[in-house]
Amino acid sequence: MTPLLQVENIAKFYGARVGCKDVSFDLFPGEVMGIVGESGSGKSTLLNCLAGHLTPDAGAVRFDTKTDGLRDTVTMREPERRMLGRTDWAFVHQHARDGLRMNVSAGGNVGERLMAVGARHYGQIRDTATDWLGRVEIAADRIDDRPTAFSGGMQQRLQIARNLVTGPRLVFMDEPTGGLDVSVQARLLDLLRGLVREMGLSAIIVTHDLAVVRLLADRLMVMKDGHVVETGLTDQVLDDPQHAYTQLLVSSVLQV
Amino acid sequence: MSDYNFAYLDEQTKRMIRRAILKGLAIPGYQVPFASREMPMPYGWGTGGVQVSAAVLTPDDTFKVIDQGADDTTNAVSIRRFFEKTAGVAVTEATAEASVIQTRHRIPEEVLRADQILVYQVPIPEPLRFLEPSEVETRKMHSLEEYGLMHVKLYEDISQHGAIATSYAYPVKVEGRYVMDPSPIPKFDNPKLEMAAIQLFGAGREQRIYAVPPYAKVVSLDFEDFPFEASKADHACDLCGAEDSYLDELIVDDAGGRLFMCSDTDYCSTRRKAGHVGAQGVPLGEDAA
Repeated sequence: MTPLLQVENIAKFYGARVGCKDVSFDLFPGEVMGIVGESGSGKSTLLNCLAGHLTPDAGAVRFDTKTDGLRDTVTMREPERRMLGRTDWAFVHQHARDGLRMNVSAGGNVGERLMAVGARHYGQIRDTATDWLGRVEIAADRIDDRPTAFSGGMQQRLQIARNLVTGPRLVFMDEPTGGLDVSVQARLLDLLRGLVREMGLSAIIVTHDLAVVRLLADRLMVMKDGHVVETGLTDQVLDDPQHAYTQLLVSSVLQV
Repeated sequence: MSDYNFAYLDEQTKRMIRRAILKGLAIPGYQVPFASREMPMPYGWGTGGVQVSAAVLTPDDTFKVIDQGADDTTNAVSIRRFFEKTAGVAVTEATAEASVIQTRHRIPEEVLRADQILVYQVPIPEPLRFLEPSEVETRKMHSLEEYGLMHVKLYEDISQHGAIATSYAYPVKVEGRYVMDPSPIPKFDNPKLEMAAIQLFGAGREQRIYAVPPYAKVVSLDFEDFPFEASKADHACDLCGAEDSYLDELIVDDAGGRLFMCSDTDYCSTRRKAGHVGAQGVPLGEDAA
């Protein structure tokens, strides 16, 4: 089986400081990978390198493109990479404001990716947008409201709809539930879990919340100081942590 | 002749502007940066258009200036006088007699010929500006041909107003490549952008020149189910009776009485001279003015 994403020895340095180093893994279709670690451990740097927002200093990120099979997205031409970013990839930001156009209506936000890949039929764009708002539990009559009129949880759900509308195969998520209160968080996780299963998405989720990865991720990667210290199946890593740092991380979770 | 160099600008500056014009013609719709000069008029009064006109004028040219179609407004008169004084070129109000026409926000009704040049004054050359404030980002979008955002604007129009409400500065795609702001001409004029004459666009404050070569393909952006429509007031000209020209609407008395007249004054008076009379019109020469 060909991996959907093949990461080989990715490294990113900020001057003399290490952002992330020697990260390698394969992600297979339908698989959800969690990346956990404390602030500054390099997990967001890694995610941005994988999604093409940052250029890694070394290594290769090979993606299984629809037409040409595995291609290195680091050395790929920028238009091709940006095209992937609009079609096969999705990126869910921690802050919905970073991923939405706040001065464009909800329908326009969802429709933008469709129009970016050539949709030119207003009625169809609007129908698709309405359908997707429904799938992320936003009432259809809010379609012409701007995201500024939405609550934090709705904005995050709108961002997810906007990203998934073109049927991507790989979703990058940077702390998708950060900053939301627990009940909203739970519904969002439920929604994400449903969409991932239903659409057969592969996803890479960066978070510091172990409960989130327990629910969503099949596999887990633990990072510290820019290095991967432990990998394995989520349950295995969380229930029987081997590395001292992972043990610390797991035992630090507050029990209610 | 005056003490000015021909057409006000020095020769080096004109060469610089001509290079930008040639590059613009070679890449239709692409905004070429140029070193815009300080002109003896405020920004927003056509400094870009004036510099382009200065660069293309020759002593044999006949020059015409229109402002919203009219030859007799302050802006048009002062720019015409400016070149009369600094270049000593012949000037005219007749579209057919002019070889260089500088325009603010209109295309003349009369079909232009291959030996004419139309120079537009442009306030904001970047069609994506109101959606994407960053110049770095808009340039990247142009270079990578990422124009989805332009349709988001039209989508918002339809969702709010039920139709594409953009009625001027309607975005076009030139030669299937660059999305271009045709300057704030009414969308009625958009179909005329495919013409025999050379069209040059100058934005002085924004320091950009762009161009549409003769017969270049210019397509107004739209949706399949909301096609582009060149709209005008549903009326005939009250002075000359023309039904195919773009109209200005005037309130003529305190009772709300209205009069529609051609915005292109030369077109209207030419028709009136030929004996056409509109609903409220009198034959030319017999009116009070």
